[in-house]
Amino acid sequence: MSDYNFAYLDEQTKRMIRRAILKGLAVPGYQVPFASREMPMPYGWGTGGVQVSAATLTPEDTFKVIDQGADDTTNAVSIRKFFEKTAQVAVTEKTSEATVIQTRHRIPEEPLREGQILVYQVPIPEPLRFLEPSEVETRKMHALEEYGLMHVKLYEDISRHGHIATAYAYPVKVEARYVMDPSPIPKFDNPKMEMAGIQLFGAGREQRIYALPPYTQVVSLDFEDHPFDPSKAEHPCDMCGAEDSYLDEVIIDDAGGRMFVCSDTDYCATRQAAGHRGRLSAEAAE
Amino acid sequence: MYVAVKGGERAIDNAHDWLAEERRGDVSVAELSIPQIREQLALAVNRVMAEGSLYDPDLAALAIKQARGDLIEAIFLIRAYRTTLPRFGYSEPVDTGAMACDRRISATFKDAPGGQVLGPTFDYTHRLLDFALAAEGLEPPEAATAEARQEPTPHVTEFLDREGLIQGEHRPEADTPRDLTREPLELPAGRPLRLQALTRGDEGFVLGMAYSTQRGYGRNHPFVGELRIGTVPVEMEVPELGFAIEIGEIVVTECETVNQFTGSKTEPPQFTRGYGLVFGQTERKAISMALVDRALRWEELGEDNVGAPAQDEEFVLYHSDNIQATGFLEHIKLPHYVDFQSELELIRKLRREAEERQRPVQQEAAE
Repeated sequence: MSDYNFAYLDEQTKRMIRRAILKGLAVPGYQVPFASREMPMPYGWGTGGVQVSAATLTPEDTFKVIDQGADDTTNAVSIRKFFEKTAQVAVTEKTSEATVIQTRHRIPEEPLREGQILVYQVPIPEPLRFLEPSEVETRKMHALEEYGLMHVKLYEDISRHGHIATAYAYPVKVEARYVMDPSPIPKFDNPKMEMAGIQLFGAGREQRIYALPPYTQVVSLDFEDHPFDPSKAEHPCDMCGAEDSYLDEVIIDDAGGRMFVCSDTDYCATRQAAGHRGRLSAEAAE
Repeated sequence: MYVAVKGGERAIDNAHDWLAEERRGDVSVAELSIPQIREQLALAVNRVMAEGSLYDPDLAALAIKQARGDLIEAIFLIRAYRTTLPRFGYSEPVDTGAMACDRRISATFKDAPGGQVLGPTFDYTHRLLDFALAAEGLEPPEAATAEARQEPTPHVTEFLDREGLIQGEHRPEADTPRDLTREPLELPAGRPLRLQALTRGDEGFVLGMAYSTQRGYGRNHPFVGELRIGTVPVEMEVPELGFAIEIGEIVVTECETVNQFTGSKTEPPQFTRGYGLVFGQTERKAISMALVDRALRWEELGEDNVGAPAQDEEFVLYHSDNIQATGFLEHIKLPHYVDFQSELELIRKLRREAEERQRPVQQEAAE
């Protein structure tokens, strides 16, 4: 095997995936079954996102891959290399320069603009799965808009803990119709889902694609007296001083000392380059 | 200081080089060749072909070599390769009645036309380590040979079929089964799709499911009506020719179980069948497949669903594929610090509030 087709998948397969994507865009939040292929990387490691990216990329695109918000985590590196090899597309770490961004577990801090596509890797596309294990049942529940079970779960959380005890993969309702799993992004990112870019969700192992067209209404489920709260660590970034970004907690010494740093590496680096400084940035520069 | 996630690219390259070294092992020991694996680890090759859904012993042997003997990894390599191959069409159904049998046994009849042929089986070996094998260069004893049977070997279940004692297998006319590898799995799947999933399903999983039915979770009391292993021709109709031609031969294992059935509202008392068909000499898998197939047929036979795992089509089909299972299982090795961080914040918040609630109570107690 010397030559791969552009972006690895054959054109027939890409066409099949594009049809699923278009159907997903036409029915926002609905999970479209598609004939997911075995990819040369394991299921659960982004095969859905990779197939959606492969069907979406054109030779003119500039591609960015993040995992946990970072461009240099191992699996992001691996997926970026895969497309550099099989599609020879330009790659970037800059959110603003990318036309297609594949992500796992984060939405970039910098708002996306029209024309940009955000591709999510999705492990379990079914938001009702942990309440009802049967796919036959959950499809029926979506068809009938039967979401009472989900509200009961959220209510039980509140009565038990005083809060909705879901910190990531926090369920949303799309255009007042489908309850959708936003993939395991922190709930901090949920409000960003109403955006100018196109959002595509690929679940390879579970053989589902779903999508959000630009400016789609995406509402995080809540109650009037317990409104949705997109919380994050109450610190500024120790490297760039940002107060508005999602932070990773890093253990820095044996005594359990901590620092908080932007999980979005591009956002943090851009701010530092612009002269922003955090509590530990001088120390880090040494 | 903040270097934990940096350097991923170099780390990956270095890890791959190290892996290649480990795969080769001690270079003073001769390297395994593909023909050696194909010929001497044939049952491993068979499993990789069966669960990889690709009949090619050389590629399977290569995959085993590359995967350092990790068969699920080898199956993964084969699957990822298989999916890139173009589809020229579908073969005609193989006629297992025309099989040149290497092995053919029935547990239901002492003898039947075609006879009982043990073939190359471990069945009656004593599982004693053969230290003589540790010495290399020993010639194996020459096995006795007999004239090959010229006429086809009839299926044992045909004899029951003639008396109407076993439920018939009707081939649906014109109804081409869906292809599991080309279409998303949608439920209810139906028997053809179930059989496709089971034949490529993980041997251990299918074995476990089958075993559970024997121990009472959806018990259906099977006898091995027949187990046969041998070579069958594969024919395919080429559109330009307008008729089917033989394109090759494959070795398959076929198992038909005969199961007790006391009848239901819709069916008279009769025997029923479970069916297993797997690439290569893979009889543990083929027997397991037949048991699970039979358990999954409860609905069409009007049996009770006793809630056994092996009766649950969705449960069996969604969890039988070891490539899906191992990928998702092992993905938890990937970084999850964003999700973990959000959980950390939540737990801290809940604990803080719980402590605050506790405090006045403790004070009261102290008073």
